[in-house]
Amino acid sequence: MTATVDPSATAPPDARPLVTVRGLSFHRGERVIFQNVDLDIPRGKITAIMGPSGTGKTTLLRLIGGQLRPDAGRIEVDGACVHELGRRELYQLRKRMSMLFQSGALFTDLSVFDNVAFPLREHTRLPETFIRTLVLMKLEAVGLRGARDLMPSELSGGMARRAALARAIALDPTMIMYDEPFSGQDPITMGVLIKLIRTLNDALGLTSVIVSHDVKETASIADYIYLISEGSVVDHGTPQALERSSSAWVEQFLHALPDGPMSFHYPALPYAQDLSLSKEAALD
Amino acid sequence: MIERLQRLGRLALLSLARLGKATLFLLRLLGALGALGKRPGLMIRQLYSVGVLSLPIIAMSGLFVGMVLGLQGYTNLVDFGATSTLGTVVALSLVRELGPVLAALLYAARAGSALTAEIGLMKTTEQLAAMQMMAVDPFARVFAPRFVAGFIAMPLLAGIFTAIGVLGGYFVAVQQLGVDSGTFWSRMQASVGLVDDIIKGVVVKSVMFGWVANWIAVFEGYDATPTSEGISLATTRTVVNTALAVLVLDFVLTAIFFGV
Amino acid sequence: MGTLKKLELAVGVFVVLGLAAFFMLAMKVSNIAELGEDKGYKVTARFENIGGLKIRAPVTLGGVRIGRVVGIDLDPRSFEALVTLSIDPKYDHLPADSSASILTSGLLGEQYVGLEPGGMDDVLKNGSTLKLTQSALVLEKMIGRMLTNAAAGDQSPAKTP
Repeated sequence: MTATVDPSATAPPDARPLVTVRGLSFHRGERVIFQNVDLDIPRGKITAIMGPSGTGKTTLLRLIGGQLRPDAGRIEVDGACVHELGRRELYQLRKRMSMLFQSGALFTDLSVFDNVAFPLREHTRLPETFIRTLVLMKLEAVGLRGARDLMPSELSGGMARRAALARAIALDPTMIMYDEPFSGQDPITMGVLIKLIRTLNDALGLTSVIVSHDVKETASIADYIYLISEGSVVDHGTPQALERSSSAWVEQFLHALPDGPMSFHYPALPYAQDLSLSKEAALD
Repeated sequence: MIERLQRLGRLALLSLARLGKATLFLLRLLGALGALGKRPGLMIRQLYSVGVLSLPIIAMSGLFVGMVLGLQGYTNLVDFGATSTLGTVVALSLVRELGPVLAALLYAARAGSALTAEIGLMKTTEQLAAMQMMAVDPFARVFAPRFVAGFIAMPLLAGIFTAIGVLGGYFVAVQQLGVDSGTFWSRMQASVGLVDDIIKGVVVKSVMFGWVANWIAVFEGYDATPTSEGISLATTRTVVNTALAVLVLDFVLTAIFFGV
Repeated sequence: MGTLKKLELAVGVFVVLGLAAFFMLAMKVSNIAELGEDKGYKVTARFENIGGLKIRAPVTLGGVRIGRVVGIDLDPRSFEALVTLSIDPKYDHLPADSSASILTSGLLGEQYVGLEPGGMDDVLKNGSTLKLTQSALVLEKMIGRMLTNAAAGDQSPAKTP
């Protein structure tokens, strides 16, 4: 049997988190990416997972989506243990999850319209007129209805992400995962994306998971934040709670301070010694 | 010295592992073939891309190879007064060997590398991962249509190459060099067996080469490192590995079919 | 989608071209014309030595191709070679006493069976046997004979009249 239900389900179903991660450990090659990580993604809210580059935030999304298997621990989405599902059940689960990739990942040989229509055409048997209506609705939500016949190569980066977002909501998923949605965008596009993520989340009753290292933008819409570094959760809480955190690391990260627990200098010999200005050298 | 042996051993193990990976890939690919019937449009698009677009290079090369065979054959046979066999020489060379082999090599260079690059690019831009996350199997939607289309296109291209080659040889031999037209064709027809040469040669060989060439092209794209450097390495590997595989397979098939 | 129609057309043309190429190869390049020829009637001939004669070798009369060799066997009792010829049914008035020889086309060419017509009124039918045959000339034997003749020639001046 595959799906397991949380035995302590005494609380009303809506209050239980959509995704629970317990004791997750994962390594790639010799590098430990996650060490005994615990996470809860609450329903209907925007949860942000933040941390320095390279800490494996994207990997976490892939683990939740079942593209990777954890070495240890348990990941449950809506009660089903993701990495124990067979291929068919996994695909069924994935129809309710959506992921927005960093580059948008639009299919380059299809127009914007066809890209958004793709999940509908693949997974439903709706007639083309229905599909057309749905696609136009999704495109309207992201503001790209007029761009429907453009090819991905003709879109700017921000537009490509919005189109990908329209595609991600095509099947009305339960959860959307955003992989670095703000990276490399100009301020206006960022503003557009921020507004879209928040509005869609509330209007469609979605659960959103944002993986990012853009602190200001993410913190402005996140309901809950997890800070991950070096393979474990350093701290978590609402944006306000984290502001008041006593951890020096959290302070450095949230306020983008150049130096602190994450030191500015790459480990090296003492400066004076390197420049041969130490006492011994001077005597030569 | 020991180091060199170790490195060789490691290389051999890596190659073996890679072959195993490729085989598993192929099995999964074959498993996805069933779903293709629902999407003829995909296959047609791919057939256009690997078949129709390869026609110019195949036709041109076939023509020139045939003409060269006619010319070289003539210059070497005329000393023995045996130019009446020129038709046979041209036809047998093309049908048994040059047609399927050269067509396969050209295919790998043009269509195979394009397939690898396209799939590698889809991998790098996360399109394949996006497809998986949308619960669509890339094997069914991306790999299988390309593999099958190439598998169908390869023998057709080899046939066209061979036929045009024979015509090219005819053109040089008869029109340019004065070999008697009737002799050219009648001696050829007497010596080229339908089953023994054409089927065992062009047909069987090109089908097997098509299998190998498309398997390698699609696999290398799937397995490419998702960086621009990775894609470039993968396309190189496609052309090189296909060439090697085709030539080795050709030797084996020739030994089986035409060996003594 | 209009482009799909164009693509389909192009692909259709491509497939037709490919099949046409194979058709051309089968028709013009191969010996497919001969494959239907087993409507011919079978005649056997015995030879002491068939030399390099192979199946599918042509059978000619007066230089005209009238059939081909379809079978080569060894008679287990007389140790003669048994060659089965298939003759085109439109040549149905060959005298029953025609002779068959194994000849070589050109100096180094392939070997074939050449028939020479006899004079009888009876004609060859399916199952007939040719009685008069001439085996192939085997190069080594010829050379051997030449050498022995040369040797005998040296010794014979006293015998010549």
